[in-house]
Amino acid sequence: MNSVEGLVTQIQGLSSTASDVLSLHNVLKQADDSLHAESTRLLPFLDQLDPSKHSLGYLYFLEACTAGPVTTESASSFVLIIARFISSCAAEQIRLAPDKFISVCKRLKDQVLFLEEPLRAVAPMLAAIRKLQSSTENLTTLHPEFLLLCLLAKCYKTGLSILEEDIFEVDQPRDLYLYCYYGGMICIGKKYFRKALELLHNVVTAPMSTINAIAVEAYKKYILVSLIHHGQLSTSLPKYASTVAQRNLKSFCQPYVELANSYTNGKIADLEAYVQANMEKFGSDNNLGLVKQVVSSIYKRNIQRLTQTYLTLSLQDIANTVQLNSPKEAEMHVLQMIQDGEIYATINQKDGMVRFLEDPEQYKTCEMIERVDSSIQRLMTLSKKLTVLDELMSSDPMYLGKVGRERQRFDFDDFDSVPQRFNI
Amino acid sequence: MDGEEDASNLMMEANSTGGVDEAPLSSTTTRRNRPIISGEPLDIEAYAGLYTGRTKINRLIFIASHCDNPAMELEALRMASDEIKKGENTQLYREVVQKIEGRLGPNYEMDTAWCSMIELKAEQRKEKLESELNSYRTNLIKESIRMGYNDFGDFYYAHGALGDAFKSYVRTRDYCTTSKHIIQMCLSAILVSIEMVQFSNVSSYVSKAEQTPEALDPPTTAKLCCAAGLAHLEAKKYKLAARKFLEVGLELGNSYSEVIVPQDVATYGGLCALASFDRTELKATILSLLSPAPPLFSIHNKVIDNINFRDFLELVPEVRELINDFYSSHYASCLEYLGNLKPNLILDIHLYDHVETLYDQIRNKALIQYTLPFVSVDMRMMADAFKTSVAGLEKELEALITDNQIQARIDSHNKILYARHADQRNATFQRVLQTGNEFDRDVRAMLLRANLLKHDCNLKASRKV
Repeated sequence: MNSVEGLVTQIQGLSSTASDVLSLHNVLKQADDSLHAESTRLLPFLDQLDPSKHSLGYLYFLEACTAGPVTTESASSFVLIIARFISSCAAEQIRLAPDKFISVCKRLKDQVLFLEEPLRAVAPMLAAIRKLQSSTENLTTLHPEFLLLCLLAKCYKTGLSILEEDIFEVDQPRDLYLYCYYGGMICIGKKYFRKALELLHNVVTAPMSTINAIAVEAYKKYILVSLIHHGQLSTSLPKYASTVAQRNLKSFCQPYVELANSYTNGKIADLEAYVQANMEKFGSDNNLGLVKQVVSSIYKRNIQRLTQTYLTLSLQDIANTVQLNSPKEAEMHVLQMIQDGEIYATINQKDGMVRFLEDPEQYKTCEMIERVDSSIQRLMTLSKKLTVLDELMSSDPMYLGKVGRERQRFDFDDFDSVPQRFNI
Repeated sequence: MDGEEDASNLMMEANSTGGVDEAPLSSTTTRRNRPIISGEPLDIEAYAGLYTGRTKINRLIFIASHCDNPAMELEALRMASDEIKKGENTQLYREVVQKIEGRLGPNYEMDTAWCSMIELKAEQRKEKLESELNSYRTNLIKESIRMGYNDFGDFYYAHGALGDAFKSYVRTRDYCTTSKHIIQMCLSAILVSIEMVQFSNVSSYVSKAEQTPEALDPPTTAKLCCAAGLAHLEAKKYKLAARKFLEVGLELGNSYSEVIVPQDVATYGGLCALASFDRTELKATILSLLSPAPPLFSIHNKVIDNINFRDFLELVPEVRELINDFYSSHYASCLEYLGNLKPNLILDIHLYDHVETLYDQIRNKALIQYTLPFVSVDMRMMADAFKTSVAGLEKELEALITDNQIQARIDSHNKILYARHADQRNATFQRVLQTGNEFDRDVRAMLLRANLLKHDCNLKASRKV
């Protein structure tokens, strides 16, 4: 009892300057176990602390409070408390104890999921990410949690705003896999297939020493999105993918690989029969929606091929070539594609003819010049980053040691001792 | 096509009157010694009369098994069995008799007496050859050993054991002393390989023979060119085959009738050239010879050397006419000649599985050549020129456009074909933007992966320390 109150006083006292906060941190670390022991009684003490000034202390108390199992009564109150804390806490203080912060946020997620109101935690989680990140290029453990909440709450746009940022630093590989996987799913939901393909590709080709389930699921979606977006699947993973992935991924995703083969053969009837036959397998992976999109994309691809050969074509002929049932269906498909901007055409209903037009983009406008210019700037920045990384790597002692040991020796002079360690 | 139906009708009529010789003559020639490979039904006797040796028998059996006409089939089988009886191949004899199934009367049933007599003689001869060979081998006289193996090869060849024949011929290589011997060995090996349909061996032995130029007289060079041409044809390399056949000199004459005759050289060479050469090469190699007036001065070596081919083409005037028609854009008559020739070409032992491909290639080339000079083409007129329906033509053109062999677009409503040339500028811009995006994506992924690997390394390093 006393220790807790003493702790509260200390927190209130030592939260003003940075050095005080550091010593407070040590005190709190030592008191952590006792706090956990008293977890049930800590709630009233929270009122004595101010989340914005005493963030570190508040954090420890909060973490100890929420350590227990989730119940309905506690859940709603905790959600409010945690949300308020996140919005008002001081970023420098919580960065001293990132694990605690992360576990508090995870509790928040558990509680809103328990209450089945994921939307309540979306904004707080976004704020939490911003406070925890050291820079926008940093991936924290909270990123995948946030994306999961966005998925469950179906607010894809907020999720997309996070996905726009480039990630270059990663704390934990597992975070990256989950982040890319959920990110891919959000992009699929918004039909940004190119970005989805990029994210899923990152998961599938990431360095890993053993196969994990995230990579397998990601590969399944990767196959389907690749079929929708490109109309084909490259048969082997690129060389930089890990060897375990190259060897094992295909065997885990056998029905999908066969679906891809059936798709590239181009016979729509075969494809549909295959999908029918394997409905439960696709359904158990929750990929039925994607698979249906794959089937409809084969019609689109065939119609697009027609634009390369014909200037005008009757709807009846389109229906026959693409194996649709009637000119009416063909008209609907073509109309949909025109609206989505996938082809350029006009439909003449009187004659039942479709006239295919060229892409009207002439690449002569100012916007186009700006686009090319900004693209060039962006690429130059990226190149510089790459060069910097390369230089860093070349001066890394471990790398030099390894290269030195393995270099070829041609001259007598080469046999002098190679420094194994630099004493700087 | 209509041309084909007429030809088969003629076949029916001709055989019902009891004599193939009474078939009406084609309009292109009224000479008494008619060309053998023509649009008319095949005159089997004349055809078979061109060849000698095993190829005659093989060709007759092939015709018998592939033609639809039972009278023709029986005729071929009869001639085959007669020819076999002149030789010593009992295995082949049995096969042919089985195929005849007694339909030709008692003379053509299994003559077991003849078979057993031949086999007995074969055994005796084989023993004699073996003992001779052994004695030569102990004496180590190179020339006699070589001749011994040669005799063995001939013996096996006559009895139909082609694999053993080939092995024996190849064995003589170690005992060849002059280049003439080498040439002889190569020629025998080539002959057996062609029979066995192992054309890779043919190519290797042809090149081996060509490496000894001092002993090569013109007939031999001609034979080697033919063999090489056949090998390329079998490998579906039509351009190379055409070039080889065009190099064959007139000295071939009938010296290689156990494999190929000049009519065949003309037909194979002409068709392959038409299917695979482009216009300039076609003109340079074949067409300049078709003009009656000789060139005043030599412009191109190929032309002069190829006066020969003109004489070859004289033997098959239909092929000559059809090449001429193709070059001068009379596509309807060209395709008509092709259609007429087809039934007989399918009966040719070397050409039958290439006929479809060659015909398709020639037809596609004709279509492409037709559309090349125009900005827009009325498909109805084109369909007339090619004697086909507009719908059929549309399908063919669609296939060619998808294959990128014609740069055009079809206006299906008005049935017009419009030429279309890719806009380079737009295509370049598109590629630029796409390359930029790909670079962006790849570099970002690379940096990410590098970071992950560094993370791994740090973990390992921290564990070690």
